Amino acid sequence: MQAVTCICAVLVVAPLILVFYHLISLGFSSINWAFFTQLPRAVGESGGGMGNAIVGTFILLALAAVIGVPVGVLGGVFLSEYATVGVSWWVRFGADILNGVPSIVWGLVVCALVVVPMHGYSALAGGIVLGLMMIPMVMRATEEVLHLVPGGYREASLALGISKWRTVLQIVIRTALKGIVTGVLLALARVAGETAPLLFTAFGNPHWARSLTQPISALPLQIFDYANSPYDDWHRQAWAGALVLLLLVLFINISVRFLTRERWRAKS
Amino acid sequence: MNGAYASATRATPGVNARGAGTSRFGDRAFEWLTLLMAFSIFVLIVLIGYELFRGATPAIHKFGLRFLATSTWDPVNGVFGALPFIFGTIVSSAIALLIAVPISIATAIYLTELAPLWLRQPLVIFIELLAAIPSVILGFWGFYVMVPWLHAHAYPVLRSTLGFLPFFQGPDNGPSILSAGIILAVMIIPIVTSVSREILRSVPGLQREAAYALGATRWEVTRIAVLSYAKRGLFGAVILGLGRALGETMAVTMLIGNAPYIGWSVFAAGQTLASVIANEFTEAMDPLHTSALFEVGLVLLGVTLVVNALARLLLITFAGPTVKPQH
Amino acid sequence: MKINNIATTVISGLIIGVLAVSCSKNPGGSAAESAGNAPSAPMLINGAGSTFDYPVFSKWFEVYATMDTNVQFNYQSIGSGGGQKQLLNQTVDFGASDAPMTDEAMSGAPGKILHLPIVAGGVAVIYNLPGNPKLKLDGETLADIYLGTIKKWNDAKIAALNPGVTLPDLAIIPVHRSDGSGTTFIFTDYLTVVNDPWANSVKKGTAVKWPDGVGIGAKGSEGVAGQVRQISGAIGYAELAYANQNKIPYADMKNAAGKFVSPAPDSVSAALATATIPDDFRFSIVNAPGAAAYPIAGPSWILIYQKQNGDRGKHLVGFLRWAVTDGQKISPTLDYAPLPDALQQRVLKLLDTVTY
Repeated sequence: MQAVTCICAVLVVAPLILVFYHLISLGFSSINWAFFTQLPRAVGESGGGMGNAIVGTFILLALAAVIGVPVGVLGGVFLSEYATVGVSWWVRFGADILNGVPSIVWGLVVCALVVVPMHGYSALAGGIVLGLMMIPMVMRATEEVLHLVPGGYREASLALGISKWRTVLQIVIRTALKGIVTGVLLALARVAGETAPLLFTAFGNPHWARSLTQPISALPLQIFDYANSPYDDWHRQAWAGALVLLLLVLFINISVRFLTRERWRAKS
Repeated sequence: MNGAYASATRATPGVNARGAGTSRFGDRAFEWLTLLMAFSIFVLIVLIGYELFRGATPAIHKFGLRFLATSTWDPVNGVFGALPFIFGTIVSSAIALLIAVPISIATAIYLTELAPLWLRQPLVIFIELLAAIPSVILGFWGFYVMVPWLHAHAYPVLRSTLGFLPFFQGPDNGPSILSAGIILAVMIIPIVTSVSREILRSVPGLQREAAYALGATRWEVTRIAVLSYAKRGLFGAVILGLGRALGETMAVTMLIGNAPYIGWSVFAAGQTLASVIANEFTEAMDPLHTSALFEVGLVLLGVTLVVNALARLLLITFAGPTVKPQH
Repeated sequence: MKINNIATTVISGLIIGVLAVSCSKNPGGSAAESAGNAPSAPMLINGAGSTFDYPVFSKWFEVYATMDTNVQFNYQSIGSGGGQKQLLNQTVDFGASDAPMTDEAMSGAPGKILHLPIVAGGVAVIYNLPGNPKLKLDGETLADIYLGTIKKWNDAKIAALNPGVTLPDLAIIPVHRSDGSGTTFIFTDYLTVVNDPWANSVKKGTAVKWPDGVGIGAKGSEGVAGQVRQISGAIGYAELAYANQNKIPYADMKNAAGKFVSPAPDSVSAALATATIPDDFRFSIVNAPGAAAYPIAGPSWILIYQKQNGDRGKHLVGFLRWAVTDGQKISPTLDYAPLPDALQQRVLKLLDTVTY
């Protein structure tokens, strides 16, 4: 029995190790200065880089944060500080359901809501779709950490005559800030790897991003295009791009784990 | 169960009482602001449903329920039936569950009951990192590394041992429904495993002790006391994995072969609800074609909403909120 | 508390950094970009469509960027169907398609759409076989392969066309496009002309209903070429440039005169020379007569509205004037057939009718 379950555990972990191994062996040698700083060359020609996609990913994440963080954090505040039991159950349930909406469906909806009326694909549409996807994740994470703030903090602040909304903003949120940041980072890490919703919104662009109303590229989008192509040089760059994207995502996840471990230690 | 949790962790009731007098306007405004933000969840759900429905209306009017039951998807003649995509979605997800469920639950048992203590935490972290790998990377790796290996080594073995079954006959393309099912399994294993692990951990120690007291072995304790107690929660974990598998797009699009198919062979190329949207949406010419793709999206939304709601309800009623949400 | 501060600082730093980058006119700011640096930000003209044209377009854009630094082109190769749709939705400045738009599709447009022939190319029948032998195929065999009636490479029909070639006992995996494609249009147009069973079942179109359970679909010419390269036993179709750039072997096809001809700029030009081209420029050159003509070839069009939008339109038309004349000199280096001189003049005349 022990052996069987142990083998299963090995099977579970194996893909991570294999993926990592192949990305490093196929992609690492292509990571150089040009990869980060240059634009793609003409189709089928060797050289160039993914600079446009890397910058694009960060712009999209910034836009997503602008939408997802305020809505998610304030919604989390409502759940933890104001909502009645019944209401908060429904909102949490709704957030979990919303989290399960397939990313391609998000792409369709934002395409219909933003791209068609604006007559064009844009960085803005890409940022909006990622931002909306972040909302339920940030909201749930915020609610969870706010619950960990001891009630005594709130009582003490209110007893000093500080109004509730300032208590929430200045005491509760500040105490839980690290946890909220953690939640936001995890949500960003998750949407950083999204490709499907960007197909019909951000669209891709081989140049440097210059305007939020123009199409923009993103790492996952460019990895998909390059992986789908027959060109060896593009494959080489796609492996490198995948490695960079994976390192970014894993870096956020691991550092967050480090941060939260501190938190749990402090609590227990 | 849920109520006790919520009221204990909310601001203490006395504190919540209004009437401190000062800056009541600020308090009201802030509360309304946060309420608005929280309710954006419902606005978004309604908005998604409405937009898809609006886009799908022409196709719904034209085809009615036949859309779900007919298998001709023919953009040239403007005839659209989504059955092959529903079929591909169900079969690829079923394959994923078939592979993922035993492995995930066994791993969860290993992690909570059997593994040496020093190994548990690193394994859990590994599994959570696996869940963080973007789908496009798994698809890329799957297409260039996993599928060639399966095509060269695993599929011929399947064919020679189980080839008498209709599932393992027909030409082997490499990219196929089976390949997509396998990559889906890789993607849902971390979720099913970590939720199952939370479920097993929440089984009261008393259960185990009682079984030990009756002289049960470790495996018997696991089977009788832990697994049967946690059945419902584990089912919830599996359904949650199913919800993810049904809507997964990129990795599937890269591995499934993208050709509508209904038949016995798992070696055939297929198409799922999500992959057909990814393939055809930017280029669908005819407004009816676009509308049909919106209807495909609507079907996908409906299915995933129901499945996810079911999973959440199972998990909530099993364990209350002690089970952390998994994204 | 300390970690708290560090985390906040890191986050604010990240966000400020990103915002700074996104606001800056010259993100990246590296030496690599200096080539494209213009005094003011260049205008970005968006196009989408045919993957058939993508290699030559992207070369043109690169060359043209050095001649007119005020304009940059963003072309997404999403398939010809996509090019037509995006133009109709006005989400791009121009579309590109290797299938002409139907009257029905154009009737839904908000303005008059011009078809500008821009280049012609051959659709290579590419394959992946051990040892990569040179094959000869004809239309009937090709139709049978895609209909699923020929299943193995050592089938008698293929062997009969290729005496002396040892064909493996390997399953044929036909790869077709999963998106709406002008290349598919040319390919199915050809099969419809030469093969009755095909004409009666699958017919022609940018996206057709492929026979059930036969082969796999791939996104874009890039995807078809990529899958064929990857899968042993696969056969597919893509513009010649994709085959040559990636050293994928392709078949000689039997033409209307009964000769086996390789796809090449010359053999496509030979097909193009036989065409009578109407004033709306919608024409087909599949299965063209003439001993030297390659049978699976077609023109590709850039689609624009006759009424263009001010400055953007002027820049776009300026590029198009260059592409149909000087740009044609680049076409053969990427294995496309250049437009004959007479046709170039006719296209320029058509461009004169554009209003701003």
